[in-house]
This record gives sequence, C-alpha cells and structure tokens, in this order.
Amino acid sequence: MTLVSGWGRFPVVDSEVLRPRSFEAVGEAVVTGSVARGNGRAYGDAAIGAVRTIGMTGFDRVRSFDSATGRIRLEAGVLLSDLIDTFGPRGFLPFVVPGTRFVSVGGAIAADVHGKNHHGEGGFGRYVDSILLRTGQGETIEISREQNSDAFFATVGGIGLTGIILEATMRLRPVETGWIRERVISAADLDAAMRALEAGDSATYSVAWIDCVARGNDLGRSLIYLGEHAAASELAEGADRFPVGKNPGLAVPIDLPSITLNRTSIRAFNELYYRMGARRAGGDHVVSLYPYFFPLDSIADWNRIYGRRGFLQHQCVIPERGARAVLADILDLVAKRGDASFLAVLKKLGHGDGLLSFPLPGYTLALDFPVKGDILNFLDEIDRLVVAAGGRLYLAKDARQSRATFEAGYPALARFNAIRKSLDPAQNIRSKLSQRLFDEV
Amino acid sequence: MTSRKTVLVLGGSSDIGRAAARAFAKAGYDVGLAGRDAAALEPDAADLRARYNIEASTLVFDVLDTASFDGFVAGLPALPDVVVSIIGLLGVQPNAESDLAHATTIMRSNYEGPSLILGLFAEKFLGRGNGTIVGVSSVAGDRGRASNYVYGSAKAGFSAFLSGLRARASRGGVHVVTVKPGFVRTKMTEGMKLIGPLTVDAPVVGDAILNAVEKKTDVVYVSGKWRLVMLIIKTLPEAVFKKLKF
Repeated sequence: MTLVSGWGRFPVVDSEVLRPRSFEAVGEAVVTGSVARGNGRAYGDAAIGAVRTIGMTGFDRVRSFDSATGRIRLEAGVLLSDLIDTFGPRGFLPFVVPGTRFVSVGGAIAADVHGKNHHGEGGFGRYVDSILLRTGQGETIEISREQNSDAFFATVGGIGLTGIILEATMRLRPVETGWIRERVISAADLDAAMRALEAGDSATYSVAWIDCVARGNDLGRSLIYLGEHAAASELAEGADRFPVGKNPGLAVPIDLPSITLNRTSIRAFNELYYRMGARRAGGDHVVSLYPYFFPLDSIADWNRIYGRRGFLQHQCVIPERGARAVLADILDLVAKRGDASFLAVLKKLGHGDGLLSFPLPGYTLALDFPVKGDILNFLDEIDRLVVAAGGRLYLAKDARQSRATFEAGYPALARFNAIRKSLDPAQNIRSKLSQRLFDEV
Repeated sequence: MTSRKTVLVLGGSSDIGRAAARAFAKAGYDVGLAGRDAAALEPDAADLRARYNIEASTLVFDVLDTASFDGFVAGLPALPDVVVSIIGLLGVQPNAESDLAHATTIMRSNYEGPSLILGLFAEKFLGRGNGTIVGVSSVAGDRGRASNYVYGSAKAGFSAFLSGLRARASRGGVHVVTVKPGFVRTKMTEGMKLIGPLTVDAPVVGDAILNAVEKKTDVVYVSGKWRLVMLIIKTLPEAVFKKLKF
C-alpha cells in the first residue's frame, strides 16, 4: 500500500497505486474498491481508490484533430496544459479551464470543472460530445447525449464513480490569439462586488478575488477581473500571437511552518494585493492567458505553503436568491476567524449539466484553510448556512463534508445512484470519497 | 515530396522514444517510429499527426535480429536526416549473474544491436555526406557498479562505440550525439527508488535530444548535475569505490 493524498494533502490515506499501460490493463486493474486518478489536482479524497487507485496520466495521446472544426479525440490522461501548449499556437484552446492547467481531461470531465466563463458558457462537460467509458462491471461503452445518455450525464460531474474514463471527443474553441483583454474593477464591499459580477454577466470571463480578512465596512472588498479573448489586431506591435507558457519555475521547496500564515501576514498580503489591483482598475489591458487563467500555476507545489498538515478548500455555491445575506454571514465568520488564507474567490455560476455537477445558478465562494485546531467544526458551521440556503459543496475539492450536507445539496443523487448501480451492480468503483459520502456502510 | 526533415526513432514505444518523437515532430520533422510491434506504435503515430500536422509512419524493427538490419535500412522509403536509438534493456542484475541467456540479452540489447544499426546508418550517412546519429546510452556506463554492471558494461561499450564513431564520422559531415539521461521516470524505472533532484521526466530527455541535434552537441548529460556526480564517481580510486554500497 502507498500513502496517497489529494492536492490539499488532507486526508492522507492508504491505497495501492497502479499505472496501467494499456486499456486492457486498465480493465485488469479494476478490483472492488478502485477509482481512476488523473494528475492528482482534486483537493480531497475524490481520486483515491478505496483499495486501489488507477493512475491515468500515461494515457496522453491525441487520437485525431480536425483543424477545421476544432473537434478532438483524445485519451483521458492528456493534461489541459498539454492541450493549450500544443493547440494554442494552432488557434484552439479548451472552452473551459479551471484555475490550474495541470488537470487531466478525464479529471476535468469527472469533476465537470468550471471556469471564469461558467455564467455564460457552462462547464467543461458542455463541450464534451462523447466519452469512452470502462464501467465497473467491465464493459467498455461509448456514451454521449444521444447514446447511453443516462450514463453520459452521470459521468459528467460524476466524480469518477460511473467507471473509468478512457477517451473523450470534445470541441476546442477557435481563438485568434493566446492573449486576454482584461479589465480590473475594484469593489469596496460585498454589495459592490456582487453588482460588478452581475454587470459582468455579459463578459466572457469574470471572477472576483475577495479579501477575506477585511471586516466591518470593508467586508467583501474585492477586485473583479473581466476578460475577453484578444483579437490579433489588439496585440502590441511585434507581440507573438501565442505567448509561451513557462513551466513553474519558482517552487516552494519545503513545507512552510504553519506560523508563516497568520493573521498579520495574511492581512499584509491582502492589503498589498488589493491596493496594487485597485491601481490597475479602469482601462483594458492585454495579458497572457497563463497569468489570467492560472495565477497560481507559476508557483510549483504551492500547496506546501500550508505546511505539513495540509489545507482544506471550502467551495460552496449559494443560489442567487438570498445569496447576498448568506455570503455576508459566511464572510463575517471567516473574517472574524482570520486564518482563511490569502484571497478567496467569488464568481457567478450558471446551470450545471451533469447529475452531480457542482454549479447551479448563483454565487460560488472558494476559501482555503490550513488544517489545524477546530477547523473541521468551523467548516461544519459554515455548511449549516450553505445547506439552509439551498447550496452545495464542490466534490472535487471536498475532504470532509458530512453525508447530510452532501445529500441536502444534491437532489439528483437518487437518480445518479440508480444509474451508477446499473453500470456497476457490484459497486467495484469506489473512492475514499464515495465511501465517505455515498456507499452503504 | 515533402521538404521537411525526417527523424527515425528506434525504440519508438518507450517513454523516452515517444517523448523524443514529440519533440522532433513539434519542431516540424516528419517521424518514423520503429519497434518490434508496428501496430502498437500506430496510436503514437496518430498522436504525432494530430498534434503537429506532420507525417508519421511506423516500422518493424527488432534490435536482437541483427540479420535483418541490412534489409531494414535498404527497405526504408528514404534515408532519414536523423536517426535516434532509444533502445535499451535494464534487465535484472541478480538474474543476469547466473542466467547467461538473460545476461546475453541485456548485453545484446544495449550494445551489440544499437551499435550495429547505428554503424550501418553511419555508413549510409557518410555516403550521402550528412546526417545525425543519436545514441541514448546511460550514466551507468561511466563506471561499473555492483548493482547493475551487466547493463552498465553494455552501455559503456555503446558509449565507447559512439565516441569512436563520432571521431571518424565528423570528418565526413556526419554528427554523432551521445545522450546520458540519468534517472528518468519511465516504465523502465517504475517502482525503483530514484533520487528526486537527479530525476527528470521523459519529455525533458526528448527536448534534450532535439536540442543536442540542433546545436550539434557531442555528449549530453540531460541533467547537468549528473556530469558532476559522474565526474566524482569516475575519479574515486578503485580501492574506495569497491567498498561503497552503491
């Protein structure tokens, strides 16, 4: 057995890790208690097998690409970073990217990841036309909106529990350049931030970085980043159409002692970040897609900032109606506590496509907390607010929510379970997350 | 006819072979992938075509079947600009100590076959007056170690072959590159204990091979740290070295 954890490095659990080299070997690798794992960017226990974890990043081939339509068939282990580096210069990008480019296509489908364009363009799964799935009972089936559609909508956002995603056909977005025309808006408080996101509905990309230690009148003060794909004519003279994505250079070499992150250091960082951003507010400027979409990717192993014990990301979505009051209550609790680190992310979401897709029309708030003290109890307290508001938590980032919280947040769960059971009657596919939240004990 | 340059990768199904093929294809080369099972290489050829809009083909090549080498080279549709041998077999040292057949396979896979086929290409390239030959050898060939000297000695022979070939071929316009990757995370090293800071991923080796071809480098240690490490290991007196657990 091997000790395995997600990107948040909590929990750390035992699971045998296999890296099969052929689809036949994937099938042979499945035992009761197996789940697929992509590049390990899920924060908690979603991509850790109850017994065996099947690493899929070796499957990184592109099967075919149509440069007229942007349709691509690929193996599930291809990373979005690879897609961007390879097809960006040819004028195509993924329609949806999350906050890191180091996720696999299979993982992006299983989590139905959302990006800064979810309010207008939906999630990753919307651009997936079909999936080659190896079910828990050993069948390999092609699933799409038309063919095996139940399995398709259970697999998009299904957190790996319908089977192992082997291949997918999806559409890429034609772009003229790899640059984003960005506008920064500074918002003095939560109301202003929500108004700015509302007004940003017509923008392709929008996201707010909230200073979550600001309190009182400053509660919810933030910087809103709107973005559009830049046309070639908007680039500076002599600029490359497609910027080069550097591999993470600066790495966090060791686990920082937990003392590094404290109320004072976070407050100082956030003050500086807010002021620097506010200074850039106003006019448009053109930035490379890499810092725009993936601000943290430039620091390798940034998860080590939180120390050896790891961290928890708490990402909830609150339905639009009544969101303002609930978000204010959550931010107030967090600001009083003072150790949520750096900047929180607030953004608007639209409808999710899969049965267990996280997004619903409303506002999502993502917060990071180091694992220490009474943090688990504190997050339970926040969960009560989320549940009362009809919200839910993002499974790809979860490591600790209760069954009750999960069941309250995902009304399509019964339907998902029925489809899962039909694909895998013996429930061979099980993750640590499914044991925690789904499976009968 | 295409005016693009061509590279032939011998051992195209290995992780380093795939990475090298991608690096060359990305740089605009047409690629031939050669291995024992050509059908198994087809998905990789399709990957190169889809990604880089180049031509990619697959060929059958078995490094142990030296009798087939003349026919293999003669049967190529065109002589490539660059030929890269990634072929190698780590084997299991303790087995090789008592099993002559296993030891022979390791020696032939790492020395005899790669040397003979690259030597054959060198003759053709010299006849044409240009070409680049790349042999992927190993830091293990720099000094025999108790833990893998069968493999290491074959790599040492291969390194010596490449060095001699380079001296001769350079006068005829043909360049020979020796690549010593050090620890690489691949199928071959899966499950082995590798030293993190000295270990690289296959794409790093692929890029290093392309870079060495384009810059006409002679000997490449993929991670510069290995040059220093091996310098120290090579200069240790034998009396000291044999006592080290290494």
